[in-house]
Amino acid sequence: MYCIHHIIANDQETFLNTPILFLAHIKCKLHFEHVFSGLSFIFMSLLFLILIDNSVSFRTTEICFMSVFVTVGTTSFDELTELVTSEPILKILETKSYSSLLVQYGRGHHQVKECNTAGLKINGYRYKDSISGDITNADLVISHAGAGTCLEVLGARKPLVVVVNEKLMDNHQFELAKQLHQDGHLLYCTCSTLGSTLSEMDLQSLEPLPAPKTNKFGEDLTLHFQL
Amino acid sequence: MSCIFRYFPPMKMAFLLIIGLLVLFVIRLCYVLFHLQEKPLKALKSRSVLAVAGSGGHTTEIVRLLSSLPSTFRPHSYVVATSDKMSVTKIESFESTEGSENKFTLYKIPRSREVSQSWGSTIITTFHACLASFPIMWKSRPDILLCNGPGTCIPLCIVALIYKVLGICATDIVFVESMCRVTTMSLSGKILYPFANRFYVQWPQLLQQYPNAIYLGGRLV
Repeated sequence: MYCIHHIIANDQETFLNTPILFLAHIKCKLHFEHVFSGLSFIFMSLLFLILIDNSVSFRTTEICFMSVFVTVGTTSFDELTELVTSEPILKILETKSYSSLLVQYGRGHHQVKECNTAGLKINGYRYKDSISGDITNADLVISHAGAGTCLEVLGARKPLVVVVNEKLMDNHQFELAKQLHQDGHLLYCTCSTLGSTLSEMDLQSLEPLPAPKTNKFGEDLTLHFQL
Repeated sequence: MSCIFRYFPPMKMAFLLIIGLLVLFVIRLCYVLFHLQEKPLKALKSRSVLAVAGSGGHTTEIVRLLSSLPSTFRPHSYVVATSDKMSVTKIESFESTEGSENKFTLYKIPRSREVSQSWGSTIITTFHACLASFPIMWKSRPDILLCNGPGTCIPLCIVALIYKVLGICATDIVFVESMCRVTTMSLSGKILYPFANRFYVQWPQLLQQYPNAIYLGGRLV
């Protein structure tokens, strides 16, 4: 997400008044010293107004751009990448105030090209050495049920929707996504239920994933092997 | 049969020798299998680790497991499938954070089974991988063979067991079931469960099926 701050001066008249009045009095024939003294007068006026004039106040408005990152890791998951760039899903994301979509399509045949559709900026790529930057920049991650991806996204404390690939023969991926969903850490669905999951999602209700007990493994092995 | 031995005594000797060697091999195999899950008797200063890197998430898990081990578990070496370039990148990236003075070795092995490969051709590719494992295990002779589930680890474990029976090396197999196995064990896990020195699971539900597995109270990666 990134935001642009628009700074709007409240009392624009006071800002422009003094220099305009001065310019109206300038004679037609401009000499260098006139221009120089004119410009320095404008500059001093502005400075004076900013420092002294209380009636000039600034208001800021924030316009935030939320983004979605879709990743399939090293797998091929054309069904997901095609679905997520289709009109119905894009419309749902647009109503949820997402304005950009980045798709990492892995080994898939369906390549996501840069375009603007249904109010979203779309882009895609096959692989990167590390997707952690794209995860950090995202406000929502939709991914396949790969263990490494789930860990990386949940470790970065980003909301995650996992889509399980029903076409994979040995679909043990269901187990992890199901368990993490039962424990309240992510949302999970299939391609056919992605639309309804995205429409009804409440990302605030997701619990952060507790840290793993990796040090216990090291301790146990050290004890066992007497090191 | 007996008339052959009457006229060709050397053959009888050879036959007896072969039978004798086979009997010795079986006795030694039984001894090794019986003592597989015991704590090592010798206290060493360090133990070398050969880690098997599978595709994608498996490598991420293995690297995280290795990061929890103290420096006494060195040197590190890795076995990667020839078609796997992503794992090499992950391993190199991990080892560079561990310090430039730490040397590590990368061995390449043909993949035992690709995703969706037929089981018939899998037998052939696994056999091919076994043949490639012999020189790898001979060169590396690690104290610990660390696996977390990809099919790539099976040929290496078979060879490690053969070498153990023959007395070539005393490699202990440490198997950590992947964190994505919550209620069912992987095929590699089912095969290696009786042969591993230490067998870890990351979810308590698996203890019902595998009571000798070790559960340390939560996920390890």
